[in-house]
Amino acid sequence: MLRIAFLVPLLPLAGFLVLLASGRKLGNPLAGWLATFMVAASFVVTVVVFAGLFRLPVGGRSYTQTWFTWISSGHLHVDMGLLIDPLSMTMAAFVTGVSALIHLYSIGYMEHDEDFPKFFLYLNLFVASMLILVLADNFLLLFLGWEGVGVCSYFLIGFWFERDSASSAAKKAMIFNRIGDAAFLTALFLIYERTGSLEYHTVFSHLSSVGEPSLVAIGLLLFGGAVGKSAQIPLYPWLADAMEGPTPVSALIHAATMVTAGVYLMCRINPVLYRAPDAAHVIAIVGAATALLGATIACAQNDIKKILAYSTISQLGYMFLAAGIGAYDAAIFLMLTHAFYKALLFLGAGSVIHAMNDEQDVKTMGALARVMPITAVTFLIGWLSIGGVPVLSGFWAKGDVLLNSFAFSPALWAVGAVTAVLTAYYLGRAYLLVFRGEQRWVEARPAGAKPKQLSAKAKAAAAMSSTGQETVAAKPALHPLDPSWVMSLPLVVLGALSAVGGLLNLPIHPDFDFLDRWLSPVFASRLFAHQWGLGGVWTFALIDAALALLGVGLAVAIWGRTADRPELEPVFLRRAWYIDWAYDRFIARGSTELAVETSAVVETEAIDGAVNGFAFLVRAGGRQLRKVQTGYVRNYALGLAAGLVVILAYVLTRAS
Amino acid sequence: MTSSLLAATIPDAITVVVAAVICVVGALGVVLARNPVHSALMLVMTLFGVAVLFIEENAQFLAAVQVIVYAGAIVVLFLFVIMLLGVDRSEVIAKEPLPGQRPVAICLGVLGLAEVLLLAHGKWSTGAHSVSGTLGSPASNVQQIGKSIFTTYLLAFEVTSALLVVAVVGAVVLARRPRSSQGQLEPPGGAALELDDAIDSGPEASKAEPIDVTTRDGEPAGDGTVVDSEDEIAESEVTSP
Amino acid sequence: MSISASWYLTLAALLFTIGAVGLLIRRNVLVMFMCVELMLNAANLTFVSFARKLNDIAGQTAVFFVLVVAAAEVVVGLGIIVSIYRRRLGATADDVHELKG
Repeated sequence: MLRIAFLVPLLPLAGFLVLLASGRKLGNPLAGWLATFMVAASFVVTVVVFAGLFRLPVGGRSYTQTWFTWISSGHLHVDMGLLIDPLSMTMAAFVTGVSALIHLYSIGYMEHDEDFPKFFLYLNLFVASMLILVLADNFLLLFLGWEGVGVCSYFLIGFWFERDSASSAAKKAMIFNRIGDAAFLTALFLIYERTGSLEYHTVFSHLSSVGEPSLVAIGLLLFGGAVGKSAQIPLYPWLADAMEGPTPVSALIHAATMVTAGVYLMCRINPVLYRAPDAAHVIAIVGAATALLGATIACAQNDIKKILAYSTISQLGYMFLAAGIGAYDAAIFLMLTHAFYKALLFLGAGSVIHAMNDEQDVKTMGALARVMPITAVTFLIGWLSIGGVPVLSGFWAKGDVLLNSFAFSPALWAVGAVTAVLTAYYLGRAYLLVFRGEQRWVEARPAGAKPKQLSAKAKAAAAMSSTGQETVAAKPALHPLDPSWVMSLPLVVLGALSAVGGLLNLPIHPDFDFLDRWLSPVFASRLFAHQWGLGGVWTFALIDAALALLGVGLAVAIWGRTADRPELEPVFLRRAWYIDWAYDRFIARGSTELAVETSAVVETEAIDGAVNGFAFLVRAGGRQLRKVQTGYVRNYALGLAAGLVVILAYVLTRAS
Repeated sequence: MTSSLLAATIPDAITVVVAAVICVVGALGVVLARNPVHSALMLVMTLFGVAVLFIEENAQFLAAVQVIVYAGAIVVLFLFVIMLLGVDRSEVIAKEPLPGQRPVAICLGVLGLAEVLLLAHGKWSTGAHSVSGTLGSPASNVQQIGKSIFTTYLLAFEVTSALLVVAVVGAVVLARRPRSSQGQLEPPGGAALELDDAIDSGPEASKAEPIDVTTRDGEPAGDGTVVDSEDEIAESEVTSP
Repeated sequence: MSISASWYLTLAALLFTIGAVGLLIRRNVLVMFMCVELMLNAANLTFVSFARKLNDIAGQTAVFFVLVVAAAEVVVGLGIIVSIYRRRLGATADDVHELKG
């Protein structure tokens, strides 16, 4: 049964190829259904393989399927092969599952787009690359998938490339990714040089012969790659800009899957990190810092997608914190639940944006729960999950991370706790501003009915956009509704998963932590598992609940009634601590100026000057040398005589 | 060197010194004379001096050949060309159009001489004395040379004879007048015409072309003397039955 | 007791130098040619001197051949000179400089 594993990445790839060849002919909506079907089929195969893996005894849950030899050059031997083990199958399962739901959603969301087939083409390619990434059995194949998802991210962010902002955002994403990739490649070189192979099994079995400095270097370099891909400090600004892409893209790539590739990588190299505690500590600290940073920025954003983007950055920070302290299963658990509720939140946001005619500013929304109940309810579930409100999945996952981080370092726990409060707060702010409170938009009424009177405050709020400038008073009237079933069904499914996902790994009883036990062969003794007594577990559960409810309460108290609290949205937060501005000003502008300078001075004067100067010298030299050819025989005879004298002189010096 | 000079017999010494002086004076004359005819005559003087030195060196055959071939044929050939081409006008020695040629030439000459003398300081040769083909054999000089030429250096001898034939043919071809389109020999410009006749043997050639000779009257000649002398020769031939 | 070879060799070197300098200084083609002959004679003298010193007839044989070749050379050389003079009378060595660079 495991032998059909090759179908998992192959089905989306086949979908990509078919759509590439005849996507335009299939058109809207058939292309979308084909793509969705492919991914759904891949999900089914994944489940089957999962079951097959489950049947194997605990110690033997590792199956390698080699397709063919990719590179065989000297000592370097790399195969195209899949590694089916608990970690990769867990990843594959939620990737294909969430992807299938998002594909379904996209059929509705991209309905009016004229490049409908192209979108699904890219989506399928993305899913195929992501699956190759998680299922690879060697670092180079992982890198192939890594690059593949990066490229698809570029394509999809810049899907509406006629917009300058979109194509710039795509470039920005690519460049930040590339910086990380440089570190990744260096790590690959180092791995090969130290262990002679790039295959997981071989590399990990040779680690004992590699010195610790090299292991620390490898760990940090691979983390560097992860920083680029998963938007941690300092390579995170691209994720906020990546919101230029269509919302399904943001949901799939920049919430559920691509950005989690970095976390997957850290978990995969747990043998390395186990032997290189310095590298692991750095990872934990960077993760914690990023979590706090993302949360603070999200508190002051007005674009609903940007709120969610910074939230993603923050949650990824949690995952790296967990991976850094060695609690890999906590990291995977959080990744899993985060995929559910973050995708849910993004798709919900997409529905709202769709309904509000592509308006993304929360300050112009409000009271949408009345007209979009399904979206509102699912969004609420998403908020409470991510906030860590008890019983929902986020509570358990985040609790797992916080539990382990306290055992490792109370300081890190404190950072995580503050971030948890902020998370509940800012997402609550988002929910309340969008779905509750005053209606700050003009509703279109059927003909003949009286227009609803907005309160003066609401009118003023509607007239002013959040930038504080007067907008054109005649904004088109809106008629927001819950979307069709293709878009609502994924919301509901994800909502359900967000709610009950916690059941996968309950810490209250050893029998219930299914995920931990499932993943244990991969992490073995390297797992940081502080054995808390049941009392300790309950204490922390209560603390987590308190933190979550504190955040929720703050949000309700502050934003429940009003949308206008500028003192809580300071400029430096809205401008993301001016970090991106600094990058642009000092690095980007600086590089451009350097390039212009170099072009003008070095290229034109020095290099061209040197080359032209050389040519000039040759010509001048030739002109001078020409004068030797006087044409007079007597001059030539003189030359002969001079040569003779020189030769005689030479002989004279040698004569003894 | 002086000791060897004094150790030699007096007549030998005197001969050598006098011959040497003659050679050097002649050489300087060749270089410094303004009139090329004078140069040729100075050359003859040098050649005679060298011939004497040859005899002094026990190379009697070569001395004879030197006088006969070099002084007797080659220099005469030179004189022929000088006279026929009218190049016996004086060259302006004082003016030197090429800048720096003269001082550099003299410098190089002095340097070269100094180097050669220095190089051979004391030890003129490093070769071993010959075992075979010795000079001291009882046969006469002619016999010795003959034996050497016709046995050891036979191939060189044969090649040289071929070389002579080639040289003669080459000279004839080089000095030919260019032919006109009708296949007639064109009347050449200037006085170079006579060279054909000069190379052809004897006065019969000039007698055979009286027409060409007379047509030359109206043409401008580089040097009147040459034409006149030819005319005189032709007229004398015609007039003397 | 005869004169040692070094006298003759010095003389030959001197003759050679005079001939070389003359070749470089004079413009008249025929005089230049005569200087060449001078140089050849100097070489001949050297050959004969060594023939006597080393007791080898080959030196004199060499002179023999030099003589023959010199004769042939003069013949051909003068033929060339005549061809030059056909173009322009009164030409000196300096007038033939078309291959100027």
